[in-house]
Amino acid sequence: MANTPSTLTLRLNGAPEQVPVGTTVAALLERHGWLGKRVAVERNGAIVPKSAYEATILCDGDVLEIVVAVGGG
Amino acid sequence: MRTQSPEAELPFVDQPLVLGQRQFRSRLIVGTGKYRDFAETRAAVEASGAEIVTVAIRRTNLGQNPDEPNLLDFLPPERFTILPNTAGCYTAEEAVRTLRLARELLDGHNLVKLEVLGDPNTLFPNMVETLKAAEQLVAEGFDVMAYCSDDPILAKRLEAIGCVAVMPLASLIGSGMGILNPWNLRLIIEQASVPVIVDAGVGTASDAAIAMELGCDAVLMNTAIAHAKQPVLMAHAMRRAVEAGRAAYLAGRMPRKAYSADPSSPISGLIGR
Repeated sequence: MANTPSTLTLRLNGAPEQVPVGTTVAALLERHGWLGKRVAVERNGAIVPKSAYEATILCDGDVLEIVVAVGGG
Repeated sequence: MRTQSPEAELPFVDQPLVLGQRQFRSRLIVGTGKYRDFAETRAAVEASGAEIVTVAIRRTNLGQNPDEPNLLDFLPPERFTILPNTAGCYTAEEAVRTLRLARELLDGHNLVKLEVLGDPNTLFPNMVETLKAAEQLVAEGFDVMAYCSDDPILAKRLEAIGCVAVMPLASLIGSGMGILNPWNLRLIIEQASVPVIVDAGVGTASDAAIAMELGCDAVLMNTAIAHAKQPVLMAHAMRRAVEAGRAAYLAGRMPRKAYSADPSSPISGLIGR
């Protein structure tokens, strides 16, 4: 996926995703309707705490995992 | 629906189940997978009397409507102790990452179920990776309950690392085969100074009772309830089985004898002699 000057490409839950340059974790969650829901975010192998969603600006090539709790044993 | 507390039914007050800093009255821990819907999950959990419920951590489905009901809406963390697991992880690294996410998801909650699998057909645990992950997680301040094989040496090792409970399998995950090696379980129980919780393999109520009679501190199960024809009724049965097995263990069973010349009824006063 080629970036325009104003976009960057993330890997989000294993799939490529293009977002505008300057997108924060909070904005990414908002885009998918997950902001304010009970989710957790890992960026390049490190936890992004809820308190850092607004301040964390995403970079080209970032690998993100967004998870929820589901039924399990 | 609020079910009766275990104390209300037992003629004594049992010691609590102690996991790290936390104490529990129920000795039955239940999983939340394989139910038809969240309402059935909740009904079964209520019937089981469990205070601790396990959950899995998975990627959000980005195609899905984010307003769909969430498991934790039905099992609120304010009411139940949520025990996130690492089911499906095959390496220590995956398991540690999963539980770091779980801790963030659950607002710093640090009681976790570590489970590192070694084989997709049997779901047998990979104990080398389990030990590695346990060391890392304990160092990071997690209270680790570790699913393990029924090897007494490895159970002792997990305890030495600092796990708050060891959770040997009774038989393979999802098999419902019951307790295949009570002798190993007994060895693990005799030497342990942390709670021993049978995790995996329970098929029906008698299996849970036997585990508790052996001296296990608790039983963890999912499929035995969720895949019963009537899950809520089976949850009810499991609750009673765990309570009965615990009471029998504390009461102390009579010794086994190959035969007995000591009938329960008087041997004198018989008529016609």
